[in-house]
Amino acid sequence: MTALNLAAATQITHQPPRLMLAEPMLTMRGISKNFGDVKAVSDVDVTVYPGEVLGIVGESGSGKSTLLRMMNLEETPQAGSYHLALPGREDRDLFTLDRFERRSLRAQHIGIVYQNPHLGLLMGHTNSGNVAERLLIAGKRNFAELREQARQSLDASEFPVERMDATPRELSGGMQQRVQLAKAIALEPAVLLLDEPTTGLDVSVQALVLDTLKRLQRDRAITMVLVSHDLGVIRTMADRVMVMRRGKVVEQGLADQIFQDPQHAYTQQLVHAKL
Amino acid sequence: MNIEVSIPTTPAPVLRVEGLTKQFKMHHLKRTLFAFDNIDFELREGEFILLKGENGAGKSTLLRTLYRSYLPRGGHAYYHTREGVIDLASAADVDIAVLRRREIGFVTQFLNARPRVAAEEVVAEPLRLAGTYHAEALVEARRWLGAFGVKKQLWAAYPSTFSGGEQQKVNLARALILPQRLLLLDEPTASLDRDARNALVERLTQLKASGVAMIGVFHHPEDVTGLIDQEIALKAVKIEDQ
Ligand SMILES: Nc1ncnc2c1ncn2[C@@H]1O[C@H](COP(=O)(O)OP(=O)(O)O)[C@@H](O)[C@H]1O
Ligand SMILES: Nc1ncnc2c1ncn2[C@@H]1O[C@H](COP(=O)(O)OP(=O)(O)O)[C@@H](O)[C@H]1O
Ligand SMILES: [Mg+2]
Ligand SMILES: [Mg+2]
Repeated sequence: MTALNLAAATQITHQPPRLMLAEPMLTMRGISKNFGDVKAVSDVDVTVYPGEVLGIVGESGSGKSTLLRMMNLEETPQAGSYHLALPGREDRDLFTLDRFERRSLRAQHIGIVYQNPHLGLLMGHTNSGNVAERLLIAGKRNFAELREQARQSLDASEFPVERMDATPRELSGGMQQRVQLAKAIALEPAVLLLDEPTTGLDVSVQALVLDTLKRLQRDRAITMVLVSHDLGVIRTMADRVMVMRRGKVVEQGLADQIFQDPQHAYTQQLVHAKL
Repeated sequence: MNIEVSIPTTPAPVLRVEGLTKQFKMHHLKRTLFAFDNIDFELREGEFILLKGENGAGKSTLLRTLYRSYLPRGGHAYYHTREGVIDLASAADVDIAVLRRREIGFVTQFLNARPRVAAEEVVAEPLRLAGTYHAEALVEARRWLGAFGVKKQLWAAYPSTFSGGEQQKVNLARALILPQRLLLLDEPTASLDRDARNALVERLTQLKASGVAMIGVFHHPEDVTGLIDQEIALKAVKIEDQ
């Protein structure tokens, strides 16, 4: 290969989508979030299309959870915009919503599962009550209907419904995650956010929870953003992957490409460490 | 008087590859491996290209680069979709995902076995995603499982528990059930028994006749001699320190 040829062989830049006709379900642009001197997230763009699973991977402290909390409107960035393709809300930057509008939008259209079930569940309330609470916030009032919807949602999360009147406190970690999941999908959210949903579970339990997620994804084509430091989890679930390091996106691509042909030195190191 | 006019029809182009180049930059080793450089070829509907070359020549790399599991370093792969021409080398990731669902198939030896999905469902899925009714898709799936020699008792079982050979047959049935426009085949016959190899060649012959374009690497190239329209020989290239 000649020197000239080598110089010409620069990295290819990708074109905008042409065959994907749907509008993105989730669009974030230029997101930056600092905590004092800590640049948790720096100038990040995210695009997720309907029915896609976007995986966000990176070592601890790379800004994944902060980014997800912004998607859940729990946190506001110093810079950047956020849009969800919700009928009538397409043009509204969601960071401009007030506290009450955010709460209602979150209840109606965003589902979240945290690594720590204490963040997502009231441990002393019943499992069905935890799921129904979400329906209540969204304005449902009929008791029998609430209970039936909670039951259906628990069942869809492959939670043993005969335990719906127990409390999360009495459950194993894997079962607690199923209750969180039931709560998150109860209203068929526009986007389901998952922050390390299986981290800390036994490997066999982790596999079962991931299997439920895969099944839900296949049957309902739920749009998901999945954050994990675990490449195995990302590989099982994601269609596309974003790799974060120190608050920045270092690389993104189709999941198989990220795992088989990682471009960035940091991604290569991550993938090789795992293999 | 009866004059027969035969108009020679050239099949429509499917793929035009120009100057396609692939390198692996291995940062931790501070090395760049040149897998292939400046590849050109053209493929039309119903044509079959056999890739040849010794181990490590870059055959799998070329197929994976076209499927975009690998990112090319340079060049173009103009693919004629039903909606116009798109360069596989630089198309958006989501467009590649669309093409993989609708038009471009990849067949390898290995099945990506998913837990708790029955073999017949695994095979039926591409048809279902393309809009075929579930019951109808299952009938077709069972037919192909049978054709590739998967025992009937296994059809409703989970492939994650199958032997390597059985998994491969499930994989083939799934990969070939829905006619694609472009099919990439990476040694699909390696370690297959004679009957399954015959079933495969029979299916490839049908697909070719129906216009499917194919690029393949074969462990037993003599199996597919009757199908070949072009051969492309690849040669291993060198590694350079940075
Ligand atoms: N509420 C907060 N207050 C101060 N610093 C925070 C807060 N949340 C996150 N950080 C910091 O932001 C950075 C990114 O954290 P996080 O988003 O939790 O990363 P990850 O989820 O990738 O592990 C870290 O340095 C973390 O200490
Ligand atoms: N993902 C990869 N990362 C780095 N090098 C690779 C990768 N895949 C293939 N190679 C290298 O590219 C060359 C061609 O390999 P391959 O395409 O598998 O050859 P073939 O299929 O013809 O046997 C080999 O030197 C191989 O080690
Ligand atoms: Mg985190
Ligand atoms: Mg090979």
